[in-house]
Amino acid sequence: MQGPVERVACLLCDRFRYVVRNEMSSHPCILPDLALLFFILASDCCMIFCRLALSKGTPMHVTFSDDELAFRDEVRAFFLDEVPADIAEKQAQGVPLEREDHIRFQKALFNKGWAGINWPVEYGGTGWTTVQKYLFAIEMANANAPFIIPFGLGMVGPVIYTFGSEEQKRRFLPDILESNVWWCQGYSEPGSGSDLASLKMRADLAGDHFVVNGSKTWTTLGQHADWIFCLVRTTTDVARRQEGISFLLIDMQTPGVTVKPIITIEGGHEVNEIHFNDVQVPAENLVGEEGKGWSYGKVLLQHERTGNAQIAVTKYRLSKLRAQVARPVRGAAPLADDRNFMRKVAATEVEVKALEFTELRTLAAVASGKAPGPESSILKLKGSELQQAVDELYLEAAGYYALPYVPDQYVLDFPDADRVGEGAETRSSLRYFNYRKASIYAGSNEIQKNIIAKHVLGL
Amino acid sequence: MDFSFNEVQTMLADSVEKFILNDYDFDTRQKYSGSELGYSAEAWQTFAELGWTAVPFSEADGGFDGGPIESMIMMQQFGRGLVVEPYLANIVMTGGVLRRVASAAQKTKWLHAIIAGELQSALAFAEPQSRYDLANVATTADADGDNWIINGTKGLVFNGGNAGLLIVPARTSGDSTSMDGITLFAVGGMADGVSRTSYPTVDGQQAAEIRLDNVSVGKEAVLGAIDNGYSTLEAVIDEATLAVCAEAVGIMQIMTDKTVEYTKNRVQFGVPIGSFQALQHRMVDMLTACEQSYSLLVWASMANADGTDEARKSISAIKYHVGTAGKKVGQEAVQLHGGMGVSWDVDIAHYFKRLTAIGQMFGNADWHLDRLAV
Repeated sequence: MQGPVERVACLLCDRFRYVVRNEMSSHPCILPDLALLFFILASDCCMIFCRLALSKGTPMHVTFSDDELAFRDEVRAFFLDEVPADIAEKQAQGVPLEREDHIRFQKALFNKGWAGINWPVEYGGTGWTTVQKYLFAIEMANANAPFIIPFGLGMVGPVIYTFGSEEQKRRFLPDILESNVWWCQGYSEPGSGSDLASLKMRADLAGDHFVVNGSKTWTTLGQHADWIFCLVRTTTDVARRQEGISFLLIDMQTPGVTVKPIITIEGGHEVNEIHFNDVQVPAENLVGEEGKGWSYGKVLLQHERTGNAQIAVTKYRLSKLRAQVARPVRGAAPLADDRNFMRKVAATEVEVKALEFTELRTLAAVASGKAPGPESSILKLKGSELQQAVDELYLEAAGYYALPYVPDQYVLDFPDADRVGEGAETRSSLRYFNYRKASIYAGSNEIQKNIIAKHVLGL
Repeated sequence: MDFSFNEVQTMLADSVEKFILNDYDFDTRQKYSGSELGYSAEAWQTFAELGWTAVPFSEADGGFDGGPIESMIMMQQFGRGLVVEPYLANIVMTGGVLRRVASAAQKTKWLHAIIAGELQSALAFAEPQSRYDLANVATTADADGDNWIINGTKGLVFNGGNAGLLIVPARTSGDSTSMDGITLFAVGGMADGVSRTSYPTVDGQQAAEIRLDNVSVGKEAVLGAIDNGYSTLEAVIDEATLAVCAEAVGIMQIMTDKTVEYTKNRVQFGVPIGSFQALQHRMVDMLTACEQSYSLLVWASMANADGTDEARKSISAIKYHVGTAGKKVGQEAVQLHGGMGVSWDVDIAHYFKRLTAIGQMFGNADWHLDRLAV
């Protein structure tokens, strides 16, 4: 908009309309170009005004520039050529990845200069635009590439380069970027889930070190971790529970740290409970100021929430499901002939398409330097629901063959002759059960709704 | 990537929005809706003066070359204002047919008068037995020398009672559900043999059942090619579907805004009821539905503006979504308004009724989901 909108009567044709006042002309019908004045006088001047105006400006579009398309091609080629073949095969067959597989994949990203997707260039990051990050996520999903373990690159790295000392940046950032060190996240505690500020793990300063006591739980892939970043209570005498919390980095090899597996619903070992018993942590491992950990942690949670929509992956999995159900299974008619099932697929596709555009709207706002609107707040909420909806469709598609519990089949060289059902079928139930976590982690969906009600709706 | 409007689109949006805010409050709307005509002739003339009735037509036809984005902008605002003036019937539907297939002479006779706001018109696309099948046309047109004799019944003809011009799809060959063999005829609203039963609809608009008994028209009344009317009909109803979806999104958004506002002010048990978590979460669900519907609307409008492969599919997607998520938003808005939500004098009730009517039109949610489930 160039100026205020006003309702005015046209001097020439005596009709009224709403116009934008600007410096070019005191009245919309009297255009600066005199030649046009004849046209205006010869016909309906308001019409002429509109006709001229309608041709102005670029229409709405979701196209990408040549540079962005070249970037997309480069990313596509990378995932095709540089992901180690055995890892790509494991991904294709749904074989769980080992610690070393993740590290090899992330080192391939590092070698390409693409490890620090969200990092600024000065710390070795890509400095990518929001559009580039979006295109990268899509190509990564479509290539069925492993996900990037978020704890180092996505979480503690940004906290350290934002709030850490120069010494901490020198010491930790290169190893995070190169995936030399595996990090895990110490937030939740046995008594502190959605109500994170109730956390109790203590770190008491004793000379040049803290003495740490307490427990963390739901620590994803903590069994692989070299280091853990924790929210700990360093002061108990505080007015608000959010005060007195600090952000502390702890070497998992320190005496007094023990890792106890938690087996999740589908039978996998993904999360852990970690106990700290008089663990001595050097004072220099405190990030930023003592007592400010809550605000640092919130920054990180925000990242966790926006990064968790997984829209590209959900879209990819849904398109694969269409292909899967179009094939006949063991001599039976394809499930795609089942109208009831396909109506559910179609309904889910509509929601996923909507969320794809909700994300694009958010990105377009960010890319043009505006603050994203309320649409951004629903990404995690709706994203996790749809992730689960697609998992449920896979489960339904498997029918009876969702029932066999045969995780030992999920190795690369398992002979086909000995297989019970198809991999996609028997894995569907495991994923379905496992991903009930999506609406629980990173602030349960009920917490998300509380946040949206307060900050977006102003309730 | 850009989802912002260009200068003119912004101006158009502001222009309609300001009209609704300044000249079309709820009481005014109710007065127009309840009048004998069922809308305001004066307001309709204003639409024409502001150029809104010309937006979708080509420059050669005296229009502004607007497309789905411009339609989306206007219809969303019409939704917010619960506008009862027959924009859909005149401009989107009849205008949509004339724009596509009318000869120069036919345009001069009818289209120019419609754009000028001087002629009321209607597209009689539905019949009592047709439900959502546009090809189900039992009305017949038999050749009689140079003339055609039309017989049949049309149902739910929006704006049909006031229309001076009716566009009547009639069967000139084929069986009664065949896509081939449908021809579009221009019939005068007062022509001999046309009898109309006009009635208001639940959403405060107007429709008519129209019987055609041996109505005779000349060959100049044929719009487009003989037997080939179906594809035109389908394209126009697609456009109309997208238009009412935009209207529905406007309604969903304003119902959500009004509900949030209401729960902030309504005090029970000594506190605003908006402080209750049970209600907060439901309003977040309403917001989510609105954002998702709007995202689909943007996608569908862009796909149709660009004429991509997904254009038709996108229309079914948005219609399904406003039919399901929209219904939910409407029902929740009524529920959260309590007794106010079911009161004739409160606007929420009327937004709900229009949203419900849109859900029933041009294929309901089930019907469109079926089109997607292939």
